[in-house]
Amino acid sequence: MRSRNVYLLIFILALFGFALWSVVPLDRNVFGREGLRLGLDLAGGSYLVYQADVSDIEPGTEDEVMEGVKGVIERRINALGITESTAQIQKHEGEYNIVIQIPGIADIEKAKEMVGLFTVLEFREQDAEGNWIPATGTVTVNGEEKELVLSSRYFKENTEITLHPTTNQVLLLFEMDETGAQLFKQISTRLLGKPLAIYLGDEPLRGEDGQIIAPTVQAVIEDRGQITGLSLVDAQELSHVLNAGRIDVPLGRWADGEFEPSVPLYERTVDATLGQDSIQKSILAAGIGIVLLLVFMILYYRLPGLVACLSLAVYGAVLLAIFKLVPVTITLPGLAGFIVSLGMAVDANVLIFERMKEELRGGRSLGAAAETGFNRAWTAIRDSNITTFIACLILFWLGGTLGALMVRGFALTLFIGVALSMFTAIVVTRTFLRLIIGSQVVTNLAAYGVPVQTERNAK
Amino acid sequence: MMDFVGKKQWFFLISWILVVIGIISLVISQIQLGTPLRLGTDFKGGTSMTLQFSPSVEQSQLREEMAELGYTEATIQNAGEGNFIIHTREITSDEARELAGELGTELDSQVEITDYYFVSGTVAAKTTRNAVIAVIIAAVAMMFYIVWAFRRMPKPFRWGSCAVIAVIHNVFIIVGIFSLLGWLAGVEIDALFITGLLAVVGYSINNTVVVFDRIRENVSRHIRPDFAETVNASLIDTLGRCLNTALTTLFVLLALLLFGGATIHYFVLVLLLGVIIGTYSSVCIAGQLLVVWERREWRALLPFTKRPA
Repeated sequence: MRSRNVYLLIFILALFGFALWSVVPLDRNVFGREGLRLGLDLAGGSYLVYQADVSDIEPGTEDEVMEGVKGVIERRINALGITESTAQIQKHEGEYNIVIQIPGIADIEKAKEMVGLFTVLEFREQDAEGNWIPATGTVTVNGEEKELVLSSRYFKENTEITLHPTTNQVLLLFEMDETGAQLFKQISTRLLGKPLAIYLGDEPLRGEDGQIIAPTVQAVIEDRGQITGLSLVDAQELSHVLNAGRIDVPLGRWADGEFEPSVPLYERTVDATLGQDSIQKSILAAGIGIVLLLVFMILYYRLPGLVACLSLAVYGAVLLAIFKLVPVTITLPGLAGFIVSLGMAVDANVLIFERMKEELRGGRSLGAAAETGFNRAWTAIRDSNITTFIACLILFWLGGTLGALMVRGFALTLFIGVALSMFTAIVVTRTFLRLIIGSQVVTNLAAYGVPVQTERNAK
Repeated sequence: MMDFVGKKQWFFLISWILVVIGIISLVISQIQLGTPLRLGTDFKGGTSMTLQFSPSVEQSQLREEMAELGYTEATIQNAGEGNFIIHTREITSDEARELAGELGTELDSQVEITDYYFVSGTVAAKTTRNAVIAVIIAAVAMMFYIVWAFRRMPKPFRWGSCAVIAVIHNVFIIVGIFSLLGWLAGVEIDALFITGLLAVVGYSINNTVVVFDRIRENVSRHIRPDFAETVNASLIDTLGRCLNTALTTLFVLLALLLFGGATIHYFVLVLLLGVIIGTYSSVCIAGQLLVVWERREWRALLPFTKRPA
């Protein structure tokens, strides 16, 4: 028994040491992790949710198409120099949402623009009255005749920008796929000498000067061609978009049965300084609260209270290490989850000590009282914590749609916190107490919060 | 010895008063505002943003200026240190920046948007529905667990039901308080509020289970012949633990309420109220409900009835 406790102590100390080593200092690189991963509400950044309009997608292939969309969006946003951004797909009741998280200080407008531009660009021609109408052609695809609109869908993703060797004009070189070649041939033959505008939804693309980009068709174009007359910046942007990968679904949101392209369903952008402020305030507040809590525990429970403080220190260090190494994204609600779990960690100790005191008052020896205290408190700790786990699981499950990432952060930190609190109370506090009692260093019952002189047995 | 079970009618009376105040508040709010709780951007859709003015401006000035710029429906909340939280209709981040710029020029101050938040109405409707579903599913799941954990007790279903009734009672009182704060102080509820409520559900069921665990143990040990006396003895046994746990959690929450940031202010308030009411219901309501059920003294639940001899 004794040696088992010593082994446990060694294990706890090793765990504590490892936890401390990995979190002090917090920004030291441990297993490729540096610092805590802070959520967008703390570190600053953007959180965007778009709905996908999958009505034009062949039924059954939506999942596949959306995976492609996700990959392309990640590549595009990362290409803007925003690292660690992520895109996720949420499928919910037959609807597809794409969730984009862009951490840190970043040019959100640029990022949003890129997301908007992921949708298909359409080419338009002018009708007799000068209105821009979609440029269409009839082509044969898989043996079927179809009327299609010329769009960025049919461009290969290898457009290039060069300068004309003699005139130094900016050239945007492009290649078309098979369908596109057929289509472009028809349209360029028909529109020779006339302009072709490029539209995103109902808005024409405009150059730096604010003018509509509408290059004139100068030759019949089949599988390859070039656009001239663009400024370097405009050409780069257009090339960027054409190379962005094909996304066959418009992104935006549904409102009253109408699809509004490029309007996010949900957007949150937090300035980094606000997050900093929140962190500092919360840490200060939590610090004050924790100090009060520890003082109370020691004053009220004496030696066991001190033991509880030690085991809470283990709890805190291990929890931070888990947060850092997993890593768990810490959000403001996550901090709150941590605080509630801290309350429950203390609670487990309180339960045990109260039981122990009762047993001591009942006249049991220290060792027996401690053991009975743990055993009796165990069912309460187990049942109460399992009910909390149930609440956490339901929150996490529903959190995907409800207030999105905030709720999940809370549920996850609370879950981890409560699980760990069971471990610290049952293993850490118990081992410490057993060793102290076993070593017989402190035998005065007053140190355990039970005054010896008064007979409290007959309550 | 304190008699918690004997005084149960008083406790039920207190609870009824709180619940009735809540109901009245919900009704008044429904009449006055058209909604039982003042809904925030998460539930209604629209834009919510934090503007930071340096130097700071007067809230009344800001309100006037917003109205002049056509944002008459906007609500403005002062978050201190020149920060204002503004809730308004759906505007894009471009429009928001334009608005901030105009406010800056008009009020002669440097303005920065530190938090911009935009939610479409459709998401908001789903959030509301999911929130209700979350609370119901959580309550049912926890009830099943308690029924299972107390399966060796006679009539385990009662234990689960009483625990869940106590928890729903807590949630309802907090909802009532926030409804009151909604039409008296303009406090809006958001997704964090729902998170807070679920945390309260977790915390108070935790508390109640600890009390029930003790009753279960004392029933098995036959410490008292009478069930009501057993419950009372168990409540006294667990009283120290309930108060100490509540107290330690309250230390941290109080510190967060006083020194924490404005963003989590009301969230912490939900938790704080939840801990207080959760502790109260564990000690004064849940066990007493078991006794009432056991003795079939249904009239004891109603206030102002004669106490049975």
